[in-house]
Amino acid sequence: MALDETNNAFVRFDRVQKSYDGESLVVKDLNLDIPKGEFLTMLGPSGSGKTTCLMMLAGFETATHGEILLDGVSINNIPPHKRGIGMVFQNYALFPHMTVAENLSFPLEVRNMGKSEREAKVKRALDMVEMGDFGGRRPAQLSGGQQQRIALARALVFEPELVLMDEPLGALDKQLREKMQFEITRLAHNLGITVVYVTHDQTEALTMSDRVAVFNDGVIQQIDAPDVLYEQPKNSFVAQFIGENNTLEGVIEDIKNDVALVKLDNGDVIDAKPVNVSAKGERTRVSIRPERVEFRKDRLKKGAHLLNAEVLEVIYMGDILRTRLNVAGNTEFIVKTRNAPDQTRLTVGEVIEIGWLPEDCRALDA
Amino acid sequence: MKTIMSLTTASVLAISAGTAFAEGSITAVSWGGAYTKSQVEAYHKPWTAATGNTVVSEDYSGGLAEVKAQVESGSVTWDIIDVEKSDAVRGCDEGLFMEIDHSALPNGADGSAAADDFIPGSFTDCAVANIVWSTIFAYDSSVMANGPTSIADFFNLDAFPGKRGLRKSPKANLEMALAADGVASADIYEVLGTDEGVDRAFAKLDTIKDSVVWWEAGAQPPQLLADGEVAMTTAYNGRIFNAVASEGKPFEIVWDAQVFDVDMWAIVNGAPNAELAMDFLKFSTATEQLAAQASYISYGPARKSSAPLVGSYHSNASLEMGPQMPTAPDNFATAISNDFEFWADNQDELNERFNAWLAN
Amino acid sequence: MSDTTTSLVAADGTPLKRKLAQSLMRSRARAFGLALPLLAFILVLFVYPIANFLTQAFYDARFATLMPGTTEVLKDWDAVSAPTEEMAAVLVADLVVSKKEKTIGKVATRVNRELSGTRSLFTKTARSAKKMEAPYMEALIKKDKDWGDIEVWQAMKTASRVYTPAYLAAAVDLKMLADGSIVRQDEDRRIHVILFWRTLEISFLVTLFCFMLGYPVAYMLSTLPARTSNLLLILVLLPFWTSLLVRTTAWIAMLQAQGVLNDLFVVFGLAADDDRFSLIYNKTGTLIAMTHILLPFMILPLYSVMKTIPPSYVRAAKSMGATNWTAFWRVYFPQSVPGIGAGALLVFILAIGYYITPALVGGQDGQMISNFIDFHMRKSLNWNLAAAMGLVMLVFVLFMFWIYDRIVGIDNMKLG
Repeated sequence: MALDETNNAFVRFDRVQKSYDGESLVVKDLNLDIPKGEFLTMLGPSGSGKTTCLMMLAGFETATHGEILLDGVSINNIPPHKRGIGMVFQNYALFPHMTVAENLSFPLEVRNMGKSEREAKVKRALDMVEMGDFGGRRPAQLSGGQQQRIALARALVFEPELVLMDEPLGALDKQLREKMQFEITRLAHNLGITVVYVTHDQTEALTMSDRVAVFNDGVIQQIDAPDVLYEQPKNSFVAQFIGENNTLEGVIEDIKNDVALVKLDNGDVIDAKPVNVSAKGERTRVSIRPERVEFRKDRLKKGAHLLNAEVLEVIYMGDILRTRLNVAGNTEFIVKTRNAPDQTRLTVGEVIEIGWLPEDCRALDA
Repeated sequence: MKTIMSLTTASVLAISAGTAFAEGSITAVSWGGAYTKSQVEAYHKPWTAATGNTVVSEDYSGGLAEVKAQVESGSVTWDIIDVEKSDAVRGCDEGLFMEIDHSALPNGADGSAAADDFIPGSFTDCAVANIVWSTIFAYDSSVMANGPTSIADFFNLDAFPGKRGLRKSPKANLEMALAADGVASADIYEVLGTDEGVDRAFAKLDTIKDSVVWWEAGAQPPQLLADGEVAMTTAYNGRIFNAVASEGKPFEIVWDAQVFDVDMWAIVNGAPNAELAMDFLKFSTATEQLAAQASYISYGPARKSSAPLVGSYHSNASLEMGPQMPTAPDNFATAISNDFEFWADNQDELNERFNAWLAN
Repeated sequence: MSDTTTSLVAADGTPLKRKLAQSLMRSRARAFGLALPLLAFILVLFVYPIANFLTQAFYDARFATLMPGTTEVLKDWDAVSAPTEEMAAVLVADLVVSKKEKTIGKVATRVNRELSGTRSLFTKTARSAKKMEAPYMEALIKKDKDWGDIEVWQAMKTASRVYTPAYLAAAVDLKMLADGSIVRQDEDRRIHVILFWRTLEISFLVTLFCFMLGYPVAYMLSTLPARTSNLLLILVLLPFWTSLLVRTTAWIAMLQAQGVLNDLFVVFGLAADDDRFSLIYNKTGTLIAMTHILLPFMILPLYSVMKTIPPSYVRAAKSMGATNWTAFWRVYFPQSVPGIGAGALLVFILAIGYYITPALVGGQDGQMISNFIDFHMRKSLNWNLAAAMGLVMLVFVLFMFWIYDRIVGIDNMKLG
């Protein structure tokens, strides 16, 4: 591996494998570079290997094969307490027998820091998360959101360059979670720290991250910036996992000029952008985002393929309208439309024609 | 289960034997193990055969606590109980046992009156002796070829090195200590009655204190010997005999300064079947029954008239039981008769002193 | 604030506070009703008999009931001047009745506890009391010169007290004299204080050993996957499946001079064949066997507490730079304290009352106070002294409990 490449990456997973039982791999041949200052999220369903990767990075699990480098140095044989990595846990792991201030002081004490310096740092960290008045409380006397802030402050108080977060917002309610998402990203960017964040909540991943690594079955399916991930999923797993998604199955009839002609199972033909299909006759699963489906002909390109759709259900959600359609045999086909004054309201039982731009319809692996 | 079995067998026997028998049942309480077995063979079975009444056998581990609890709570379930002499007298004093009319006991097989036939000390107000047992000391002859022969040897650690087993109680130990110190058997209690005598006995015990392994249950000493834990130990003579006769252990008994005592039948005050129990008592302390018991266990019959009838061990015809008895002339020369009165008067003080001596 | 609260009324006009108290009262009464059977059970079968038994520690009406006349005249006697003829006459009259009623044994036993050797004096005299004639003092002394000894009369006076501190005094190696003063027991008869201290020492050491051995085991169990830990827990509980006697006997086979352990020591040259370790029939034996038997009582509460400590605490500590030891000592250990408290208290209190094991493997210096309570219950039949020793122990255990509450806090204890 070239030297300059190594220097680029602050954290590097190099061909890392992990097995618990010696029979199956939980993490398969993982390669990942994280540059300094990046907010990287590991996203995936449970059991996909994302938490295992985090634990290997923290040092609580050992890699079965491969190397993990931190700032160019292999940390495979460095025990967790010497890695200098801050960590926020799912259940916060605030020490219940210590006060908030003692919790924050703990990492400084084990570094043999002087008392006055410790106090100053603890105060600064508490102020940073707006919890300056809570130093004397016990964790059990705090609300979930407050505990979360303390956990964050504790992971940051000893000024680590890398902070790991293992589903830190999982226990909070929606509103608080959204507020904390913003706070965490703000802090991370202000402090310039590198963050590796694990979650199974794709909204969280999209809103917070510089890049998102989508895990499934021990393999990174795709690693990209949130918008790329959402708009250009590389395979049908990512398409399904990130955001809402309509799928139609069929066979590639032809691929021409970066446009694939797909014959759906009910015989209809549509245009799609070939992503990871290459040959005629290959089965494919085409993916269309609900908000990119159009049923007003005036907005569709001339010559676009249209499909017949029967309106099954209209759900009013305030800012948007969700309409469930039967399209080519798929009765879970969703269309989202903005609740705008000029919007057409559909009624149940109506049969309409729908269509989309070919580049919004991605032909993926079946 | 066992009780139910024996009950059913017994009642079946009784029914088949005819309706002329009175049918009743008593609960006889004894020490368990080989001892109870000898009583079942020599007393219970013949009595059931003769009268049709059955005996439910229960075990206990000595002492009067259970009897006291039964009598004081007014729910007596035991009828007749095999007790040590000291407990027989104390139980009588405390009203736990019924008084017994000794003149009702049958004459000996040789025609002598019961009062003459029983060895001295066999009668107390509430109890009748059945056997004579003895605290002796024993050693393993396969370990010590030239074994000890006198009680003085027991206290001689130089000539006979090794651990000693002693019962964790002042009883018998103080007597043996004085005997080893040269006090004649007949004078033991007179000496022990003085403070100097007690000091003297404890001083003698002091000489072996560090080498003593203390036992409490009668089953322990043969085990201690067998395990090689002790070179010699005091024990109940029947236990050692049993180990020799039925397990073939190479143990030798030294009879010098044996402390003998009687075991007695007493009838619990308020026993549900007191009359039957009295009948059983008379039956079981007759000459033949006491003699028969001696072929199952090496405790001496309390009747003189039984001695000539003592035969050989029940499972080994070549093993004569006569010489195994504490009362056999060869064994009896230096025997010390346990003085109940002495212990009744002094046991509180001597127990405390003994325990304090042990603890320091 | 309180004003507004009191002025609040429920829908039907009654003050809200009273209404609330009423509804809470009903639910409390229901809860109490549900607990009633257990309460009655405990009262009838546990509290009452024990309390009843423990009163024997200071209540003994035997002499006063059986020798009423003597008790009456002894009340007026100053215990210093020579016994009078009147006292002798009343005594003889009481002895006659007592002989007839067959209660003389109880009387004699009672006085014998105060003055050793007087038992036979009473039984013997009672037998011939009927034939005695005035002057009675002379007749008594003629029967046995000991009647001339003032000590005998003093012993009777002590015994005639219905409420007596004598047994409690005896339980702590003191004795009460006829004038009611309390002095120390003769030096060669002092035994109980030594035993209380030894019981304390053994219980403390057993608790300590159980903690030292049990803590790592409980930790291991709590970190293993549930299936493995359940299997191992069964192994921890395995000793409970065999009788206490069998287990203790197994220890005898293991620890005795010719036992397995000593044989191994000899094989590995750690001990000479003729100078083997004394591992049993002494305090060492008691400690080893009791530690083994009580170990599960330490492991189980520890395990149940440790099970609730998420591994993320120690991980968090390590991620913050704590070494394994610091993470354990400053983060894990404090959180396991409730389990230690519960386990230690359980083991300690069980140990303090243990007697079968010390009786079998304790030898001469491994005996505990319970062995003597047992001795007085079953052998000497001095239930009063047994009750007194039990009472002293009960008070002592309550005292330990109080100390524990002061130091650790009883609410900081988790049994499961």
